Amino acid sequence: MKAFEYARAADQAEAVAMFRPGVMYLGGGTNLVDLMRLGVARPDTLVDVSRLPLDGIEPDGGGLRIGAAVRNSDLAAHPLVRERYPMLARAVLEGASGQVRNMATVGGNLLQRTRCAYFQDVSKPCNKRLPGSGCPAIEGDHAGLAVLGHSHACVATHPSDMAVALAALDARVHVTGPGGERVVPMPGLHRLPGDEPERDTVLEPGELITAVVLPAPPPGASRYRKVRERASFAFALVSIAAVLDVDADGTVADCRVALGGVAHAPWRAYHAEQALRGSRAGEDAFAAAAEAEMERARPLPRNAYKVPMARNLIVRTLLELAP
Amino acid sequence: MEITLTVNGVDRAIDVDPRVSLLDVLRERLGLTGSKKGCDHGQCGACTVLIDGRRALACLALAVAQEGRDVTTVEGLAGGEELHPLQAAFIEHDAFQCGYCTPGQLCSAVGMLAEHGPSAATEDLTADPELTAEEIRERMSGNLCRCGAYPNIVTAIAEVAG
Amino acid sequence: MNRVEGHDKVTGRALYSAEYPAEGVAYCYPVQSEFARARITGVDASAALAMPGVLAVLSSEDPPELGEDVTGELALFQHREVAYRGQLVAAVVADTYENARAAARAVVVSYEPEPHDVRLRDDHPGLYKPDKVNPDYPADTEKGDVAAGLAEAAATIDVTYTTPVMHNNPMEPHASVAMWSGDGELTVHDSTQGASADRDMIAQALGVPPERVRVVARHVGGGFGSKGTARPNSVLAAVAARAVGRPVKVALTRRQMYDVTGYRTPTIQRVRAGVDAAGRLLALEHEVAEQSSTLVEFAEQTATPARVMYATPALRTAHRLVRLDVATPSWMRAPGECPGMYALESAMDELAVAAGLDPIELRVTNEPDAEPESGMPFSSRNLVACLREGARRFGWDERDPSPGIRRQGRWLIGTGVAASTYPARRRPSQASAAVEDGGYVVKIAAADIGTGARTALTRIAADALGADPAVVRVELGDSDLPYAPLAGGSMGTASWGSAVTMACEDLVRGDGKQGFADTTEAVGAAAKLATHAFGAQFAEVRVDADTGEVRISRMLGVFAAGRIIDETLARSQFIGGMTMGIGMALMEETITDLEFGGFVNHDLAQYHVPVNADIERIEAVWIDEDDDRLNPMGAKGIGEIGIVGTAAAVANAVYHATGRRVRDLPITPAKLI
Repeated sequence: MKAFEYARAADQAEAVAMFRPGVMYLGGGTNLVDLMRLGVARPDTLVDVSRLPLDGIEPDGGGLRIGAAVRNSDLAAHPLVRERYPMLARAVLEGASGQVRNMATVGGNLLQRTRCAYFQDVSKPCNKRLPGSGCPAIEGDHAGLAVLGHSHACVATHPSDMAVALAALDARVHVTGPGGERVVPMPGLHRLPGDEPERDTVLEPGELITAVVLPAPPPGASRYRKVRERASFAFALVSIAAVLDVDADGTVADCRVALGGVAHAPWRAYHAEQALRGSRAGEDAFAAAAEAEMERARPLPRNAYKVPMARNLIVRTLLELAP
Repeated sequence: MEITLTVNGVDRAIDVDPRVSLLDVLRERLGLTGSKKGCDHGQCGACTVLIDGRRALACLALAVAQEGRDVTTVEGLAGGEELHPLQAAFIEHDAFQCGYCTPGQLCSAVGMLAEHGPSAATEDLTADPELTAEEIRERMSGNLCRCGAYPNIVTAIAEVAG
Repeated sequence: MNRVEGHDKVTGRALYSAEYPAEGVAYCYPVQSEFARARITGVDASAALAMPGVLAVLSSEDPPELGEDVTGELALFQHREVAYRGQLVAAVVADTYENARAAARAVVVSYEPEPHDVRLRDDHPGLYKPDKVNPDYPADTEKGDVAAGLAEAAATIDVTYTTPVMHNNPMEPHASVAMWSGDGELTVHDSTQGASADRDMIAQALGVPPERVRVVARHVGGGFGSKGTARPNSVLAAVAARAVGRPVKVALTRRQMYDVTGYRTPTIQRVRAGVDAAGRLLALEHEVAEQSSTLVEFAEQTATPARVMYATPALRTAHRLVRLDVATPSWMRAPGECPGMYALESAMDELAVAAGLDPIELRVTNEPDAEPESGMPFSSRNLVACLREGARRFGWDERDPSPGIRRQGRWLIGTGVAASTYPARRRPSQASAAVEDGGYVVKIAAADIGTGARTALTRIAADALGADPAVVRVELGDSDLPYAPLAGGSMGTASWGSAVTMACEDLVRGDGKQGFADTTEAVGAAAKLATHAFGAQFAEVRVDADTGEVRISRMLGVFAAGRIIDETLARSQFIGGMTMGIGMALMEETITDLEFGGFVNHDLAQYHVPVNADIERIEAVWIDEDDDRLNPMGAKGIGEIGIVGTAAAVANAVYHATGRRVRDLPITPAKLI
């Protein structure tokens, strides 16, 4: 690990004021410390924001305001989250382990980096870690990597479960930074790799997530489901966050579908949603919706399985949600 | 940097390099080698300790970030010569072989038993579930045991959970 | 009785290698090759040496003095040639771990890379027949006419299975703390499966007499074979300590373990077999392709179980090896039997399907009277009893053999069975026993890597002494104790127990104060018999019809492994072996990096071993065997047979659940969808 300075910020204004190139914010450390030890992250200074007073969960209009420093386990255990956003609680509980969830913060969870093995290995090229060095995953081992929205430069996936649920819930991410405060809608915080895979999100240098605000829960039934070959403590091969609201006459009034494990960002399946709305809830419509989304997939040789897996998962989950 | 923290009830002031993990402070500086280094990347659970009463991974915790925290390691679980009920149950139910994951399993179990709320194994997330074997297995899945003593670990924890 | 070291393990007092305190200890962190095949043209240590706390940089610029007989991966920094990616090419010694690690990144190694070849394939032009396979078996055997048998058969199979690179991944990373005394004696606190053998290997590598080296390893955090041979960390700690004149600790990272502590070779296995209308084998052939490094020949004995299992008039087994630009494979729990029985027992299931027979009945029909290849009589063999008892307990009689027809909600349900076998052997050992402080102390350089050896030997000694185990203390894990073979090949209890029994008997028969034994003669004089443990594993799996996720709902193992010394320890060994077998079946795979060499995944987040949630209902039982021709205890080893057969039982159950035969481990969702 490269030598660095450590400082603790008293409040968010001080944290932002301490920012300069080479500074990184430290939350729970579950990903950043890991990456520093691997030599992937090489900050000059760590500004510890884990103790900022951003650890509350409060009602916000019809929704919920979740402080960025809230621990993942506290988020999943909170009565309002369990009652009103069970899909989010489930997504958080499906991620990592009890110990990691006790440490990891909501802000840090969103900003965690890909687990692509080449990204994590500084002895090998990686466009995300070292722009322009190449992407060995495309010809090499990409079995766990993206089938949607990837580029010639990067086929990484975003590893978070929580972010998939937040994307389906239309969460809004509040950030503060050298340029002031702003709100970033959740499908939209994370970028697709394009020609700049080194940028995971649309955040500007020095910007700090302060809160995630959930709008009122969407009507209908919801579910988070994660596929993995190990029964626990494993990243998703594919995951889904889905909400389905069906009218009394069997018509899909509204729906949300987001996929994890398939793209550089939590993947909101807008094409599937569009196909679903107004259709008659049932296996045929669900299969058509899944196809509408997954026909856009461009799998690589060793991750082609993700396409039928995601398709089946969409259909199965919607069937389970349908009345 | 100078930090102070409480380890197993004893206040400690230590001068540490910011790069040093809490795990390495415990093992290399304080002689508390009960907390184990199995992977150093938060992937095995062998380094699990209690930080302010909650189970956490000492390998991913920078020591400098633990200023003022209360840390309990496996060495601090027993009250003098009186073993913690989980320690006694681990012996009685043969919940280990090589013993290297055991301190982490124990600290994790102590923390887990104090936790509230559902797990990924819970059907109804709004209810507080009973601690069935299935719940214990899921909640303890952050602690790898390569010897495969899982069934006995579950039995030992279930006995103490009552 | 509970494990005698249990209290130390649950309180954190049990010390593992890296934890031994050493005054003034320095830390050594290795630098690894970034090429799979290259020539080192220079090592520039100047930047590293200028960094805080750095005491020394070791490399081939100034090769450390080692013994003339040092070979393979222990020949640290002796040559300029790189044999595989990840090989140690330099090392930094510094005052703290952080400083050593940071400085290691600053060592600049220059290479002339050459094209590498790291891919095992069964048509590789470099495949050759090794002289022997481990430990000392012929590479090939042939009796009868396989082609004629297959031509006559009513049902045949010709199938190829592959198994990937797997890593032992003991929870305790390999680590060594080395210290030299003023008069040139070396003590190494090492993570090893055998203090005596480790001491000998380190001494040979350093070129010093073994009596000048002491290895201490009282507690070892698992090994499963990887700690059965001295690894580069042991020698590196010794040479680094010599270089800086103070104790040095080398604690390998989990990632480094993937490169330098051995792994299970990948295999490509072709099985051909045919049966007559009654299900009797007419021919069986098992051909294996596997790999070794360019440094050392390691030839895994993968096809040897076919020489033991079933009666057939025509039997051919063959091993072929190719030397690639890879690290040397090594032992991983049941080397040979484990991958070999995965293929053979999957093939038996396929043969049963092809012949329209029940897989248990097919095995029973082909039960041999004597060891098929050698013709030697078995000292005891209770495979059929294991299959029958397992069938009864598992409810096998109610099974409909049709594949892919049982569904509960989203899950497809299936059951499978496989046989297992592992040789029962022992090696010469010494032990002493003495009266001390009103009790007995037994000394032996055995190793307790989690098997419960300390506890089992306490019981064995108490039995032989006619004493309460509470007054018997066993000292082990130190090469200064009477010489003992390592914990490996499921030979520990049989080898050490024989010596302990004889030493205790010597004490009782002699002066009542001291006893000593050396079993070299007794082991050499043992009757020539085929000695093997047998077992049968049963698995019930459920497979998600939409995603291909496989979960093991039930697992049962029934074993016939001689006399069981300690029921608690034995059950834990069997279940632990089966748990690792479940990992092999469903998730364990290290992916070779074809572009760069070495491995792609090298940590516990990307190399998955089973977690607690993967193990739902798992049970191990055994058939009592009274086999007094084996050794004084009548015990066969139990450390490895649990893993053998497990992957095949799971694979066969997955076929039964889905109708899909995956012949390429691990059976992941990707392969079932």
